[in-house]
Amino acid sequence: MKDQIIISGWCVITHHQIKVNDDLVFEQSSDFPEFSKAAFKELNQPYLKFYKMDNLSKLGFLCAEYLLKHRPIDPAYIPEEVGLILCNATSSIDTDMEHQRTIADAGNYFPSPSVFVYTLPNIVIGEISIKHKFQGENSFFIFEQFQPDFIANYVNSLLQGNKVKACITGWVDLSPGATDYKAVFYLAEKGDGKEALEFNNENLKKIYNR
Amino acid sequence: MKIYITGDNIISSLGFTTEENMDNIFNGVTGIHKLDSGYLSPEAFPAALVDSKRLTELFNNTNPGTYTRLEQMMILSIKQAVEKAGLDMENSRTLLIISTTKGNVELLENEKKDKFPADRVYLWGLAKVISDYFKLSQRPLIISNACISGLLAIEVGARLIRNKQYDHVIIAGGDILTPFVVSGFQSFKSLSSEPCKPYDAARDGLSLGEACATIVLSSQKQALRDQLTIEVSGGASSNDANHISGPSRTGDGLYLSIKNALASAKMTAGEIDFICAHGTATPYNDDMESKAVNLAGMQNVPLNSLKGYIGHTLGAAGTIESIMSIHGILHQKLIKTLGFSTLGVAEPINVTSETKSCKLNNCLKVASGFGGCNAAVIFSVV
Repeated sequence: MKDQIIISGWCVITHHQIKVNDDLVFEQSSDFPEFSKAAFKELNQPYLKFYKMDNLSKLGFLCAEYLLKHRPIDPAYIPEEVGLILCNATSSIDTDMEHQRTIADAGNYFPSPSVFVYTLPNIVIGEISIKHKFQGENSFFIFEQFQPDFIANYVNSLLQGNKVKACITGWVDLSPGATDYKAVFYLAEKGDGKEALEFNNENLKKIYNR
Repeated sequence: MKIYITGDNIISSLGFTTEENMDNIFNGVTGIHKLDSGYLSPEAFPAALVDSKRLTELFNNTNPGTYTRLEQMMILSIKQAVEKAGLDMENSRTLLIISTTKGNVELLENEKKDKFPADRVYLWGLAKVISDYFKLSQRPLIISNACISGLLAIEVGARLIRNKQYDHVIIAGGDILTPFVVSGFQSFKSLSSEPCKPYDAARDGLSLGEACATIVLSSQKQALRDQLTIEVSGGASSNDANHISGPSRTGDGLYLSIKNALASAKMTAGEIDFICAHGTATPYNDDMESKAVNLAGMQNVPLNSLKGYIGHTLGAAGTIESIMSIHGILHQKLIKTLGFSTLGVAEPINVTSETKSCKLNNCLKVASGFGGCNAAVIFSVV
Protein backbone atom coordinates (compact mmCIF):
# COMPACT_ATOMS: atom_id res chain seq x y z
CA MET A 1 0.00 0.00 0.00
CA LYS A 2 1.25 3.42 -0.95
CA ASP A 3 0.17 5.22 2.19
CA GLN A 4 3.46 6.39 3.56
CA ILE A 5 4.90 9.80 2.64
CA ILE A 6 8.42 9.38 1.36
CA ILE A 7 11.32 11.47 0.08
CA SER A 8 11.64 10.13 -3.44
CA GLY A 9 14.57 12.35 -4.31
CA TRP A 10 16.53 15.37 -3.15
CA CYS A 11 18.96 17.95 -4.44
CA VAL A 12 21.38 20.18 -2.57
CA ILE A 13 23.13 23.22 -4.07
CA THR A 14 25.70 25.02 -1.96
CA HIS A 15 29.42 25.87 -1.91
CA HIS A 16 29.94 25.52 -5.68
CA GLN A 17 28.48 22.00 -5.76
CA ILE A 18 25.26 20.32 -6.85
CA LYS A 19 24.43 16.99 -5.27
CA VAL A 20 21.49 14.80 -6.13
CA ASN A 21 20.66 12.04 -3.65
CA ASP A 22 24.18 12.55 -2.24
CA ASP A 23 25.92 12.08 -5.61
CA LEU A 24 28.03 15.00 -6.77
CA VAL A 25 26.63 15.86 -10.22
CA PHE A 26 28.15 19.30 -10.82
CA GLU A 27 30.99 21.35 -9.40
CA GLN A 28 32.63 24.63 -10.38
CA SER A 29 34.57 26.92 -8.10
CA SER A 30 33.38 30.23 -9.56
CA ASP A 31 31.10 32.86 -8.02
CA PHE A 32 27.35 32.32 -8.16
CA PRO A 33 26.56 34.10 -11.48
CA GLU A 34 29.19 32.02 -13.33
CA PHE A 35 28.46 28.87 -11.36
CA SER A 36 24.71 29.06 -12.08
CA LYS A 37 25.27 29.78 -15.77
CA ALA A 38 27.60 26.78 -16.12
CA ALA A 39 25.26 24.52 -14.14
CA PHE A 40 22.40 25.56 -16.42
CA LYS A 41 24.44 24.92 -19.60
CA GLU A 42 25.27 21.48 -18.28
CA LEU A 43 21.53 20.69 -18.37
CA ASN A 44 21.50 21.37 -22.10
CA GLN A 45 18.07 23.01 -22.16
CA PRO A 46 16.88 25.64 -24.63
CA TYR A 47 15.12 27.75 -21.98
CA LEU A 48 16.07 31.40 -22.47
CA LYS A 49 13.90 32.55 -19.56
CA PHE A 50 16.63 31.33 -17.24
CA TYR A 51 18.87 34.26 -18.15
CA LYS A 52 16.21 36.79 -17.16
CA MET A 53 15.84 35.38 -13.65
CA ASP A 54 17.39 36.91 -10.56
CA ASN A 55 19.91 34.95 -8.50
CA LEU A 56 17.34 33.51 -6.08
CA SER A 57 15.12 32.24 -8.89
CA LYS A 58 18.15 30.79 -10.70
CA LEU A 59 19.14 28.94 -7.54
CA GLY A 60 15.67 27.49 -7.00
CA PHE A 61 15.16 26.76 -10.68
CA LEU A 62 18.45 24.83 -10.90
CA CYS A 63 17.68 22.87 -7.74
CA ALA A 64 14.29 21.82 -9.16
CA GLU A 65 15.79 20.99 -12.59
CA TYR A 66 18.55 18.77 -11.19
CA LEU A 67 16.13 17.07 -8.80
CA LEU A 68 13.54 16.39 -11.50
CA LYS A 69 16.13 15.31 -14.05
CA HIS A 70 17.00 12.42 -11.75
CA ARG A 71 13.51 11.81 -10.45
CA PRO A 72 10.86 13.08 -12.88
CA ILE A 73 7.35 13.76 -11.60
CA ASP A 74 5.02 10.81 -12.24
CA PRO A 75 3.30 11.70 -15.56
CA ALA A 76 0.05 10.37 -14.10
CA TYR A 77 -0.19 13.45 -11.85
CA ILE A 78 -2.18 16.35 -13.29
CA PRO A 79 -0.88 19.95 -12.86
CA GLU A 80 -3.02 20.76 -9.80
CA GLU A 81 -1.73 17.66 -8.02
CA VAL A 82 1.83 18.95 -7.75
CA GLY A 83 2.52 21.51 -5.03
CA LEU A 84 5.48 23.76 -4.18
CA ILE A 85 6.15 24.72 -0.56
CA LEU A 86 9.39 26.65 -0.14
CA CYS A 87 11.06 28.73 2.56
CA ASN A 88 14.15 30.80 3.36
CA ALA A 89 15.58 33.40 5.73
CA THR A 90 16.51 36.26 3.45
CA SER A 91 13.33 36.57 1.38
CA SER A 92 14.43 38.39 -1.80
CA ILE A 93 17.08 40.61 -0.14
CA ASP A 94 19.62 40.36 -2.99
CA THR A 95 17.17 41.79 -5.55
CA ASP A 96 15.59 44.13 -2.96
CA MET A 97 18.96 45.83 -2.65
CA GLU A 98 19.31 45.99 -6.40
CA HIS A 99 15.91 47.67 -6.76
CA GLN A 100 16.70 50.07 -3.90
CA ARG A 101 19.89 51.14 -5.74
CA THR A 102 17.80 52.17 -8.76
CA ILE A 103 15.79 54.66 -6.69
CA ALA A 104 18.32 55.85 -4.10
CA ASP A 105 19.49 58.82 -6.16
CA ALA A 106 16.86 61.29 -7.40
CA GLY A 107 19.25 62.39 -10.14
CA ASN A 108 19.72 58.83 -11.33
CA TYR A 109 16.27 57.29 -10.85
CA PHE A 110 15.64 54.21 -12.99
CA PRO A 111 13.35 51.60 -11.35
CA SER A 112 12.75 48.67 -13.66
CA PRO A 113 9.84 46.22 -13.76
CA SER A 114 12.17 43.35 -14.67
CA VAL A 115 14.04 43.89 -11.39
CA PHE A 116 11.04 44.82 -9.22
CA VAL A 117 9.08 41.67 -10.04
CA TYR A 118 11.82 39.62 -8.39
CA THR A 119 11.51 41.50 -5.08
CA LEU A 120 9.14 38.77 -3.86
CA PRO A 121 10.48 35.40 -2.68
CA ASN A 122 7.57 33.40 -4.15
CA ILE A 123 8.57 34.35 -7.71
CA VAL A 124 10.88 31.33 -7.62
CA ILE A 125 7.76 29.16 -7.09
CA GLY A 126 6.26 30.86 -10.15
CA GLU A 127 9.36 30.19 -12.28
CA ILE A 128 9.44 26.49 -11.40
CA SER A 129 5.66 26.21 -11.89
CA ILE A 130 5.88 27.78 -15.37
CA LYS A 131 8.67 25.46 -16.45
CA HIS A 132 6.86 22.30 -15.35
CA LYS A 133 3.20 23.38 -15.38
CA PHE A 134 2.76 22.74 -11.66
CA GLN A 135 -0.50 24.28 -10.46
CA GLY A 136 -1.09 22.81 -7.01
CA GLU A 137 -0.86 24.30 -3.51
CA ASN A 138 1.94 26.81 -3.12
CA SER A 139 3.31 28.95 -0.34
CA PHE A 140 6.51 30.64 0.71
CA PHE A 141 7.46 30.78 4.40
CA ILE A 142 10.25 32.76 6.05
CA PHE A 143 12.27 31.26 8.92
CA GLU A 144 15.46 32.51 10.52
CA GLN A 145 16.72 28.94 10.11
CA PHE A 146 15.31 25.96 8.26
CA GLN A 147 12.47 24.40 10.30
CA PRO A 148 12.28 20.77 9.14
CA ASP A 149 9.65 19.94 11.78
CA PHE A 150 7.24 22.56 10.43
CA ILE A 151 7.83 21.56 6.79
CA ALA A 152 7.49 17.85 7.64
CA ASN A 153 4.14 18.42 9.37
CA TYR A 154 2.75 20.86 6.85
CA VAL A 155 3.69 18.97 3.69
CA ASN A 156 2.63 15.65 5.24
CA SER A 157 -0.81 17.07 5.92
CA LEU A 158 -1.12 18.33 2.31
CA LEU A 159 -0.27 14.85 0.99
CA GLN A 160 -2.31 12.90 3.56
CA GLY A 161 -5.28 15.19 2.96
CA ASN A 162 -4.91 14.54 -0.79
CA LYS A 163 -4.54 18.27 -1.47
CA VAL A 164 -1.58 17.26 -3.66
CA LYS A 165 -0.05 13.96 -4.81
CA ALA A 166 3.52 15.23 -5.03
CA CYS A 167 5.21 18.23 -3.52
CA ILE A 168 8.56 19.88 -4.11
CA THR A 169 9.53 21.43 -0.85
CA GLY A 170 12.57 22.83 0.89
CA TRP A 171 14.91 25.72 1.46
CA VAL A 172 16.20 28.27 -1.09
CA ASP A 173 18.28 31.05 0.41
CA LEU A 174 20.73 33.57 -1.00
CA SER A 175 22.66 36.35 0.74
CA PRO A 176 23.03 39.91 -0.63
CA GLY A 177 25.41 39.79 -3.58
CA ALA A 178 24.94 36.00 -3.77
CA THR A 179 28.15 35.45 -1.81
CA ASP A 180 26.46 32.69 0.16
CA TYR A 181 23.69 30.42 -1.09
CA LYS A 182 21.99 27.18 -0.22
CA ALA A 183 19.10 25.29 -1.77
CA VAL A 184 17.84 21.94 -0.49
CA PHE A 185 14.80 20.55 -2.30
CA TYR A 186 12.96 17.35 -1.48
CA LEU A 187 10.40 15.57 -3.61
CA ALA A 188 7.68 14.27 -1.29
CA GLU A 189 5.02 11.83 -2.42
CA LYS A 190 3.14 8.76 -1.30
CA GLY A 191 5.17 5.63 -1.77
CA ASP A 192 6.38 2.29 -0.67
CA GLY A 193 8.09 2.28 2.68
CA LYS A 194 10.40 -0.70 2.22
CA GLU A 195 13.59 0.97 1.08
CA ALA A 196 12.33 4.50 0.76
CA LEU A 197 13.24 7.34 3.06
CA GLU A 198 10.34 8.51 5.18
CA PHE A 199 9.43 12.18 4.78
CA ASN A 200 9.92 13.25 8.38
CA ASN A 201 11.68 15.83 10.50
CA GLU A 202 14.70 13.62 11.16
CA ASN A 203 15.39 12.74 7.51
CA LEU A 204 14.81 16.29 6.31
CA LYS A 205 17.30 17.51 8.90
CA LYS A 206 19.87 14.84 8.03
CA ILE A 207 19.82 15.70 4.34
CA TYR A 208 19.88 19.43 5.05
CA ASN A 209 22.94 19.11 7.28
CA ARG A 210 24.98 16.77 5.08
CA MET B 1 -13.67 20.17 13.02
CA LYS B 2 -14.77 23.80 12.77
CA ILE B 3 -12.45 26.81 12.81
CA TYR B 4 -14.06 29.91 14.30
CA ILE B 5 -13.20 33.58 13.96
CA THR B 6 -13.05 35.08 17.43
CA GLY B 7 -11.44 38.49 17.04
CA ASP B 8 -10.24 41.08 14.56
CA ASN B 9 -8.85 44.54 14.06
CA ILE B 10 -8.21 46.79 11.09
CA ILE B 11 -5.79 49.69 10.92
CA SER B 12 -6.07 51.36 7.54
CA SER B 13 -6.61 54.68 5.81
CA LEU B 14 -10.23 54.37 7.03
CA GLY B 15 -9.45 54.16 10.73
CA PHE B 16 -7.85 52.34 13.63
CA THR B 17 -10.60 49.90 14.64
CA THR B 18 -12.70 47.45 12.65
CA GLU B 19 -15.84 49.41 13.64
CA GLU B 20 -14.44 52.73 12.42
CA ASN B 21 -13.43 51.07 9.14
CA MET B 22 -16.84 49.46 8.66
CA ASP B 23 -18.72 52.71 9.36
CA ASN B 24 -16.72 54.32 6.57
CA ILE B 25 -17.24 51.36 4.25
CA PHE B 26 -21.03 51.32 4.81
CA ASN B 27 -21.09 55.09 4.18
CA GLY B 28 -19.15 54.74 0.94
CA VAL B 29 -16.13 56.71 2.16
CA THR B 30 -12.76 56.18 0.47
CA GLY B 31 -9.34 56.42 2.12
CA ILE B 32 -7.65 57.03 -1.23
CA HIS B 33 -6.46 60.61 -1.66
CA LYS B 34 -4.16 62.43 -4.01
CA LEU B 35 -0.66 62.78 -2.57
CA ASP B 36 1.76 65.48 -3.64
CA SER B 37 5.19 64.49 -4.89
CA GLY B 38 7.62 63.97 -2.05
CA TYR B 39 9.09 61.18 0.03
CA LEU B 40 7.02 58.38 -1.55
CA SER B 41 7.33 59.43 -5.17
CA PRO B 42 8.73 62.14 -7.43
CA GLU B 43 5.27 62.33 -9.04
CA ALA B 44 1.91 63.12 -7.42
CA PHE B 45 -0.32 60.04 -7.19
CA PRO B 46 -3.42 58.84 -5.30
CA ALA B 47 -2.92 56.39 -2.44
CA ALA B 48 -4.51 55.29 0.84
CA LEU B 49 -2.28 56.12 3.81
CA VAL B 50 -2.57 55.36 7.51
CA ASP B 51 -2.65 58.57 9.56
CA SER B 52 0.90 58.76 10.98
CA LYS B 53 0.03 61.33 13.65
CA ARG B 54 -2.75 59.21 15.07
CA LEU B 55 -0.57 56.12 14.89
CA THR B 56 2.09 57.82 17.02
CA GLU B 57 -0.52 59.02 19.52
CA LEU B 58 -2.13 55.61 19.81
CA PHE B 59 1.16 53.77 20.06
CA ASN B 60 1.33 54.75 23.67
CA ASN B 61 4.56 52.94 24.45
CA THR B 62 7.32 54.07 26.75
CA ASN B 63 9.86 53.75 23.97
CA PRO B 64 8.14 54.10 20.59
CA GLY B 65 11.43 55.05 18.93
CA THR B 66 12.55 51.45 19.06
CA TYR B 67 9.76 50.28 16.75
CA THR B 68 9.41 50.93 13.01
CA ARG B 69 6.15 52.29 11.60
CA LEU B 70 5.03 48.84 10.45
CA GLU B 71 5.95 47.27 13.80
CA GLN B 72 3.90 49.93 15.61
CA MET B 73 0.90 49.21 13.38
CA MET B 74 1.24 45.46 13.85
CA ILE B 75 1.59 45.65 17.63
CA LEU B 76 -1.43 47.95 17.93
CA SER B 77 -3.54 45.80 15.64
CA ILE B 78 -2.62 42.48 17.28
CA LYS B 79 -3.30 43.92 20.74
CA GLN B 80 -6.81 45.00 19.82
CA ALA B 81 -7.74 41.77 18.03
CA VAL B 82 -6.43 39.57 20.85
CA GLU B 83 -8.28 41.65 23.43
CA LYS B 84 -11.49 41.26 21.45
CA ALA B 85 -10.97 37.49 21.28
CA GLY B 86 -10.12 37.34 24.99
CA LEU B 87 -7.09 35.26 24.15
CA ASP B 88 -3.99 34.34 26.14
CA MET B 89 -1.17 34.97 23.66
CA GLU B 90 1.56 33.40 25.77
CA ASN B 91 -0.17 30.01 25.70
CA SER B 92 1.95 27.45 23.83
CA ARG B 93 -1.13 26.32 21.89
CA THR B 94 -1.40 29.80 20.33
CA LEU B 95 0.51 30.70 17.16
CA LEU B 96 1.07 34.11 15.61
CA ILE B 97 1.31 34.24 11.80
CA ILE B 98 2.73 37.36 10.19
CA SER B 99 1.86 38.02 6.58
CA THR B 100 3.76 40.70 4.69
CA THR B 101 5.34 41.23 1.32
CA LYS B 102 8.05 43.75 2.17
CA GLY B 103 8.10 44.11 5.98
CA ASN B 104 10.63 46.76 7.05
CA VAL B 105 12.08 47.23 3.56
CA GLU B 106 12.22 51.00 4.27
CA LEU B 107 15.31 50.18 6.36
CA LEU B 108 17.24 49.75 3.10
CA GLU B 109 16.98 53.52 2.62
CA ASN B 110 20.27 55.31 3.31
CA GLU B 111 18.65 57.68 5.80
CA LYS B 112 17.08 54.88 7.86
CA LYS B 113 19.76 52.21 7.64
CA ASP B 114 21.51 53.02 10.90
CA LYS B 115 18.46 53.75 13.01
CA PHE B 116 17.61 50.10 13.69
CA PRO B 117 19.65 46.90 14.10
CA ALA B 118 20.59 45.36 10.73
CA ASP B 119 18.48 42.19 11.19
CA ARG B 120 15.24 44.20 11.24
CA VAL B 121 15.15 44.46 7.46
CA TYR B 122 14.71 40.69 7.38
CA LEU B 123 11.17 39.42 7.88
CA TRP B 124 12.30 37.10 10.69
CA GLY B 125 13.85 40.14 12.41
CA LEU B 126 10.49 41.92 12.24
CA ALA B 127 8.73 38.82 13.57
CA LYS B 128 11.21 38.52 16.43
CA VAL B 129 10.50 42.07 17.59
CA ILE B 130 6.73 41.50 17.56
CA SER B 131 7.18 38.17 19.30
CA ASP B 132 9.40 39.71 22.01
CA TYR B 133 6.93 42.54 22.55
CA PHE B 134 4.15 40.06 23.33
CA LYS B 135 6.52 37.63 25.14
CA LEU B 136 5.44 34.74 22.93
CA SER B 137 6.80 31.28 23.66
CA GLN B 138 6.39 30.22 20.01
CA ARG B 139 8.27 31.90 17.19
CA PRO B 140 5.76 33.46 14.76
CA LEU B 141 5.27 31.81 11.38
CA ILE B 142 5.92 34.21 8.49
CA ILE B 143 4.24 34.00 5.10
CA SER B 144 5.51 36.12 2.22
CA ASN B 145 3.67 35.10 -0.90
CA ALA B 146 3.03 38.33 -2.80
CA CYS B 147 -0.53 39.69 -2.81
CA ILE B 148 -2.15 36.46 -1.65
CA SER B 149 -0.08 36.43 1.59
CA GLY B 150 -2.88 37.63 3.88
CA LEU B 151 -5.50 35.23 2.53
CA LEU B 152 -3.08 32.31 2.34
CA ALA B 153 -2.14 32.98 5.99
CA ILE B 154 -5.78 32.48 7.01
CA GLU B 155 -5.93 29.18 5.15
CA VAL B 156 -2.59 28.02 6.61
CA GLY B 157 -3.73 29.03 10.11
CA ALA B 158 -6.99 27.10 9.71
CA ARG B 159 -5.06 24.01 8.57
CA LEU B 160 -2.70 24.16 11.55
CA ILE B 161 -5.70 24.19 13.91
CA ARG B 162 -7.38 21.41 11.93
CA ASN B 163 -4.17 19.35 12.19
CA LYS B 164 -4.37 19.93 15.96
CA GLN B 165 -0.97 21.63 16.04
CA TYR B 166 -2.53 24.73 17.63
CA ASP B 167 -5.82 25.74 19.28
CA HIS B 168 -5.64 29.41 18.34
CA VAL B 169 -3.93 31.23 15.49
CA ILE B 170 -3.54 35.01 15.29
CA ILE B 171 -2.92 36.29 11.77
CA ALA B 172 -1.49 39.78 11.35
CA GLY B 173 -1.16 41.01 7.77
CA GLY B 174 0.67 44.26 7.20
CA ASP B 175 2.49 46.34 4.62
CA ILE B 176 3.31 50.04 4.50
CA LEU B 177 3.89 52.28 1.51
CA THR B 178 7.52 53.04 0.77
CA PRO B 179 9.40 54.56 -2.18
CA PHE B 180 10.53 50.96 -2.82
CA VAL B 181 7.00 49.71 -3.48
CA VAL B 182 5.62 52.84 -5.14
CA SER B 183 8.52 53.11 -7.62
CA GLY B 184 8.14 49.44 -8.49
CA PHE B 185 4.45 49.69 -9.33
CA GLN B 186 5.13 52.94 -11.21
CA SER B 187 7.79 51.17 -13.28
CA PHE B 188 5.13 48.59 -14.20
CA LYS B 189 2.85 51.50 -15.18
CA SER B 190 0.15 49.86 -13.12
CA LEU B 191 -0.87 52.84 -10.96
CA SER B 192 -4.01 54.78 -11.87
CA SER B 193 -3.89 58.57 -11.84
CA GLU B 194 -7.33 58.54 -10.17
CA PRO B 195 -8.73 56.41 -7.31
CA CYS B 196 -9.05 52.91 -8.78
CA LYS B 197 -12.20 51.70 -10.59
CA PRO B 198 -12.46 47.92 -10.21
CA TYR B 199 -14.16 46.05 -13.11
CA ASP B 200 -15.13 49.36 -14.70
CA ALA B 201 -14.86 49.96 -18.44
CA ALA B 202 -12.72 53.05 -17.71
CA ARG B 203 -10.36 51.36 -15.21
CA ASP B 204 -6.70 52.09 -15.87
CA GLY B 205 -4.77 50.75 -12.93
CA LEU B 206 -4.59 50.20 -9.21
CA SER B 207 -4.33 52.48 -6.19
CA LEU B 208 -1.85 51.50 -3.50
CA GLY B 209 -2.78 51.46 0.17
CA GLU B 210 -1.18 50.58 3.47
CA ALA B 211 -2.77 48.70 6.33
CA CYS B 212 -2.37 46.20 9.07
CA ALA B 213 -5.19 43.84 9.91
CA THR B 214 -5.40 41.03 12.45
CA ILE B 215 -7.80 38.11 12.59
CA VAL B 216 -7.98 35.47 15.32
CA LEU B 217 -8.90 31.86 14.53
CA SER B 218 -9.83 29.34 17.19
CA SER B 219 -11.02 25.79 17.66
CA GLN B 220 -13.33 27.08 20.40
CA LYS B 221 -16.71 28.45 19.41
CA GLN B 222 -17.24 32.10 20.19
CA ALA B 223 -19.67 34.62 18.69
CA LEU B 224 -18.11 37.60 16.95
CA ARG B 225 -21.14 39.92 17.17
CA ASP B 226 -24.79 39.61 18.28
CA GLN B 227 -24.63 35.83 18.76
CA LEU B 228 -23.40 35.43 15.19
CA THR B 229 -20.48 33.03 14.80
CA ILE B 230 -18.37 32.84 11.64
CA GLU B 231 -16.19 29.94 10.57
CA VAL B 232 -13.50 29.37 7.97
CA SER B 233 -15.25 26.60 6.05
CA GLY B 234 -12.73 25.92 3.29
CA GLY B 235 -9.73 27.13 1.34
CA ALA B 236 -7.09 26.37 -1.25
CA SER B 237 -4.17 27.86 -3.16
CA SER B 238 -2.93 27.31 -6.70
CA ASN B 239 -0.57 28.60 -9.36
CA ASP B 240 -1.24 29.83 -12.91
CA ALA B 241 2.05 28.36 -14.17
CA ASN B 242 1.80 30.95 -16.92
CA HIS B 243 3.69 34.22 -16.25
CA ILE B 244 5.50 35.75 -13.24
CA SER B 245 3.96 39.23 -13.49
CA GLY B 246 0.99 38.89 -15.85
CA PRO B 247 -2.27 37.26 -14.74
CA SER B 248 -3.33 34.06 -16.48
CA ARG B 249 -4.97 34.58 -19.88
CA THR B 250 -7.62 31.99 -19.10
CA GLY B 251 -8.28 32.36 -15.35
CA ASP B 252 -7.68 28.63 -14.89
CA GLY B 253 -5.30 29.09 -11.93
CA LEU B 254 -7.76 31.11 -9.87
CA TYR B 255 -10.54 28.74 -10.95
CA LEU B 256 -8.56 25.83 -9.44
CA SER B 257 -8.37 27.65 -6.11
CA ILE B 258 -12.12 28.34 -6.18
CA LYS B 259 -12.96 24.76 -7.15
CA ASN B 260 -10.72 23.26 -4.47
CA ALA B 261 -11.91 25.70 -1.79
CA LEU B 262 -15.54 24.76 -2.54
CA ALA B 263 -14.63 21.07 -2.41
CA SER B 264 -12.84 21.45 0.92
CA ALA B 265 -15.90 23.26 2.33
CA LYS B 266 -18.15 20.55 0.81
CA MET B 267 -20.14 23.29 -0.89
CA THR B 268 -21.42 23.99 -4.38
CA ALA B 269 -21.01 27.27 -6.26
CA GLY B 270 -24.75 27.90 -5.79
CA GLU B 271 -24.36 28.12 -2.01
CA ILE B 272 -22.05 31.14 -2.16
CA ASP B 273 -23.93 34.39 -1.45
CA PHE B 274 -21.20 36.77 -2.56
CA ILE B 275 -17.60 36.88 -3.76
CA CYS B 276 -15.15 39.39 -2.35
CA ALA B 277 -12.73 39.40 -5.28
CA HIS B 278 -9.21 40.79 -5.66
CA GLY B 279 -10.34 43.51 -8.11
CA THR B 280 -7.16 45.56 -8.30
CA ALA B 281 -8.57 47.56 -11.25
CA THR B 282 -5.67 46.75 -13.55
CA PRO B 283 -7.10 45.81 -16.95
CA TYR B 284 -5.60 42.30 -16.90
CA ASN B 285 -6.33 41.27 -13.32
CA ASP B 286 -10.02 42.12 -13.52
CA ASP B 287 -10.41 40.40 -16.90
CA MET B 288 -8.70 37.30 -15.54
CA GLU B 289 -11.02 37.20 -12.53
CA SER B 290 -14.11 37.52 -14.74
CA LYS B 291 -12.92 34.46 -16.68
CA ALA B 292 -12.22 32.44 -13.51
CA VAL B 293 -15.63 33.31 -12.05
CA ASN B 294 -17.29 32.15 -15.28
CA LEU B 295 -15.27 28.93 -15.31
CA ALA B 296 -16.66 28.32 -11.82
CA GLY B 297 -20.20 29.02 -13.05
CA MET B 298 -20.52 31.91 -10.59
CA GLN B 299 -21.16 34.76 -13.04
CA ASN B 300 -24.47 35.61 -11.37
CA VAL B 301 -23.17 35.61 -7.80
CA PRO B 302 -22.84 39.18 -6.46
CA LEU B 303 -19.17 40.17 -6.51
CA ASN B 304 -17.34 43.13 -5.01
CA SER B 305 -13.85 44.57 -4.77
CA LEU B 306 -12.91 46.65 -1.72
CA LYS B 307 -9.84 48.25 -3.34
CA GLY B 308 -11.77 51.47 -4.05
CA TYR B 309 -12.03 52.08 -0.26
CA ILE B 310 -8.55 51.18 1.01
CA GLY B 311 -6.43 50.69 -2.10
CA HIS B 312 -4.36 47.59 -2.75
CA THR B 313 -2.81 46.86 0.65
CA LEU B 314 -0.51 44.06 -0.68
CA GLY B 315 0.42 41.61 2.11
CA ALA B 316 -2.45 42.91 4.26
CA ALA B 317 -5.06 42.78 1.47
CA GLY B 318 -6.27 39.22 2.06
CA THR B 319 -6.58 39.72 5.81
CA ILE B 320 -8.21 43.16 5.76
CA GLU B 321 -10.68 42.33 2.97
CA SER B 322 -11.63 39.06 4.71
CA ILE B 323 -12.40 40.94 7.93
CA MET B 324 -14.45 43.54 6.02
CA SER B 325 -16.41 40.78 4.27
CA ILE B 326 -16.99 38.98 7.58
CA HIS B 327 -18.35 42.19 9.08
CA GLY B 328 -20.50 42.63 6.00
CA ILE B 329 -21.99 39.22 6.88
CA LEU B 330 -22.35 40.18 10.55
CA HIS B 331 -24.34 43.27 9.51
CA GLN B 332 -26.07 41.32 6.70
CA LYS B 333 -24.96 44.01 4.28
CA LEU B 334 -23.63 43.47 0.78
CA ILE B 335 -20.95 46.09 0.14
CA LYS B 336 -20.82 48.03 -3.12
CA THR B 337 -17.72 48.21 -5.32
CA LEU B 338 -16.62 51.80 -4.85
CA GLY B 339 -15.33 53.32 -8.11
CA PHE B 340 -17.33 50.95 -10.31
CA SER B 341 -20.07 52.20 -12.63
CA THR B 342 -20.02 50.46 -16.04
CA LEU B 343 -19.01 46.83 -16.44
CA GLY B 344 -15.96 46.45 -18.66
CA VAL B 345 -14.40 43.02 -18.24
CA ALA B 346 -13.85 40.09 -20.60
CA GLU B 347 -16.72 37.92 -19.31
CA PRO B 348 -20.02 38.93 -17.65
CA ILE B 349 -19.98 39.11 -13.83
CA ASN B 350 -22.41 40.54 -11.26
CA VAL B 351 -20.52 43.48 -9.72
CA THR B 352 -22.24 45.15 -6.73
CA SER B 353 -23.00 48.82 -7.34
CA GLU B 354 -24.89 49.71 -4.16
CA THR B 355 -24.57 48.73 -0.52
CA LYS B 356 -27.76 46.99 0.59
CA SER B 357 -29.19 44.70 3.24
CA CYS B 358 -29.09 41.09 2.14
CA LYS B 359 -29.32 37.58 3.55
CA LEU B 360 -25.67 36.51 3.60
CA ASN B 361 -24.36 33.17 4.87
CA ASN B 362 -21.37 32.19 2.75
CA CYS B 363 -18.64 34.41 1.32
CA LEU B 364 -15.93 33.36 -1.10
CA LYS B 365 -12.81 35.51 -0.79
CA VAL B 366 -10.18 35.27 -3.52
CA ALA B 367 -6.79 36.82 -4.20
CA SER B 368 -4.13 36.60 -6.90
CA GLY B 369 -0.58 37.86 -7.09
CA PHE B 370 2.78 38.07 -8.80
CA GLY B 371 4.40 34.70 -9.31
CA GLY B 372 1.06 33.43 -10.66
CA CYS B 373 -0.26 32.61 -7.18
CA ASN B 374 -3.95 32.39 -6.29
CA ALA B 375 -5.86 31.65 -3.10
CA ALA B 376 -9.51 31.20 -2.15
CA VAL B 377 -11.08 30.96 1.31
CA ILE B 378 -14.75 30.52 2.26
CA PHE B 379 -16.26 32.16 5.36
CA SER B 380 -19.64 30.97 6.62
CA VAL B 381 -22.21 31.71 9.30
CA VAL B 382 -22.23 28.75 11.71
